[in-house]
Amino acid sequence: MKLSKKGASPFFTRSGLMRGGVLIAVLIVMPQLFPQHWIWNMMFFTVLYAAMSVAWNLIGGFAGYPSLGHAAFFGIGAYATASIFKSSEILTNGWQPFFMLPLVGLGCAILALPIGYIAMRVRANIFAIVTITLLFVAQTLGYNLKSITGGAQGAGLSVAPFHLDIFEQPFYFAAATLLLFAMGIAYFITKTKLGMALTSIRADEDKARGVGVRTTGIKVITFAVSVGITGMAGGIWAYYLGFIYPQFAFDPLITIAIVLMTFLGGRATVWGPVLGAAILMPAQQLLAYYVGGSQIYLIAYAAIFLLIMLLLPRGILPTFLNKRRMDSMATKGDLSGTSTTPVTTGGSKS
Amino acid sequence: MHTLIQGIILGVLTGGVYALMASGQTLIFGVMKVVNLAQGAFVIASAYLAFSLFTQFGIDPLVAVLITTPLMFGIGVVGHWLFLRPLRSEDANQLSLLITFALAMLVEGILSMTYRTTYRSINTSYANKAFDIGGFSVSAVRLYGFIVSCVLLIVLYIVLQKTRFGRAIRATVQNPQSATLLGVDSVRVKAYGFGLGISTAAASGSIYGLLFPFNSGSHYDLISRLLSVVVLGGLGSIGGAVLAGVIIGVVSSVAAVTWSPTWSEMTFFVVLILVLLVRPQGMFGRVERGAL
Repeated sequence: MKLSKKGASPFFTRSGLMRGGVLIAVLIVMPQLFPQHWIWNMMFFTVLYAAMSVAWNLIGGFAGYPSLGHAAFFGIGAYATASIFKSSEILTNGWQPFFMLPLVGLGCAILALPIGYIAMRVRANIFAIVTITLLFVAQTLGYNLKSITGGAQGAGLSVAPFHLDIFEQPFYFAAATLLLFAMGIAYFITKTKLGMALTSIRADEDKARGVGVRTTGIKVITFAVSVGITGMAGGIWAYYLGFIYPQFAFDPLITIAIVLMTFLGGRATVWGPVLGAAILMPAQQLLAYYVGGSQIYLIAYAAIFLLIMLLLPRGILPTFLNKRRMDSMATKGDLSGTSTTPVTTGGSKS
Repeated sequence: MHTLIQGIILGVLTGGVYALMASGQTLIFGVMKVVNLAQGAFVIASAYLAFSLFTQFGIDPLVAVLITTPLMFGIGVVGHWLFLRPLRSEDANQLSLLITFALAMLVEGILSMTYRTTYRSINTSYANKAFDIGGFSVSAVRLYGFIVSCVLLIVLYIVLQKTRFGRAIRATVQNPQSATLLGVDSVRVKAYGFGLGISTAAASGSIYGLLFPFNSGSHYDLISRLLSVVVLGGLGSIGGAVLAGVIIGVVSSVAAVTWSPTWSEMTFFVVLILVLLVRPQGMFGRVERGAL
């Protein structure tokens, strides 16, 4: 890893700090303006999914390894939290489940190391296969390991002791903290040579290895960090609901939601997944409110996904930024951003 | 010993069906270098079609294959034309993987809208019949399903080996650029190859519907099995997929009779992990450039 530091921008740019500050302010102020419970609930899910999308983006966007099994770790995190804080034992655990989250995340990350190592020995296709299989194995385990998960009957957690008027708020702020943590990692990645390493893996892994990037270690650790955050999100989710079922904890819909959010906003950007979540999650909640029924979600998600892939494959943010850059140097006729080379089958990622 | 042999017979018969599904899956990978995550969804869609044809018109599911196969072929060609052909960006591979995932979701959503999510099964007159062969009981449904799968695999083999179209497909699998240089219309071959791969889902759907109860969510279970089969066989190798289908069928059925049916579902994952550890390219897969 002897990438030159020349030309790298300073770690904290003024605009970067400003954007971060604005985000924190928005995260704190925004929900205060709307005291209704359903808005808090919507904000909670938006922020939670934003955190997961940012996490997915680390491995799926920056490194180009599309994981379809993040929902497995979401469920594992949820069930880990549920089995530590079983409803039967103590009446309430107060804030403890939140403090336990880093440990849950760490557990998920450690679990991900061997899986990532095996799955990423070969290229992105096999990785996708292993991760999607993992999701259904995890789901099967969720149904069958009745002593831990309670099977299809579900598992209950001790009730959160928050006053009903502000019930959602602690969960919201926990999710917001997780989002900031995930974005901090994404920002760190874009500003250090780690980001270059990941981008080089996505572009041409053989060449990346050839110039001395430690591809295996970087891939596996990025995957572990990504699913660690996802596991923590699962933990918050479980405590929020208070009662979880394998069907919803290991839901493929979670995977497609976070992938869709990342693609909508823009892969391999710090802000894209947040933007995608901010658009899609409220839309989903409104859809649920007016239409109802989870089959509609499936069709709507799939249809939106197909449209985005076909019409806006790079996502909103990169398309917008690229357009602005194009406009600013319109006279030079530089078209570096819009590759028109034909698709060759059997590319480096096959 | 008796139960073991019984398990092996069961496994071979079930494995034949997996072989048929997986051969379509691996054919699509060979031609397009796309892992088709929607294969399972199309199998379930075909099972529902067979279910409707049986309950509405009384057409036997194994005869319905003659209707559903061309239909699925058409859906495959149209699906390719609509969703996969337009991809032009540099990471078309990653995008098409996700597109097939979205396609699976779309099919699942449509199926659960039309048929609800209750489990269905196709109860033909021979559903509970069984033959007694040398002291081992062989259920009629499985035997018929196995025979139909074998016939269709032979048809597929003949199409690929003896026809001009089959030669074009095999040429594309081996080397897409050279095939194009030799005058193979790659867009058309890809579209028909995708259609052909999906059309194997039609027959396997009929048989699957006869063998197991299914609902719209069953395709997840199915796709993880299919993917394990194609990885074991080697991505892109049809012969490998057939052999791997039978192997995995036998392993999981033996695990079911000697251990527990619930855990036999895990054998797929165990096999997948073992293959990736020992021989990541599968039994007959080609080593991709630079892959370990």
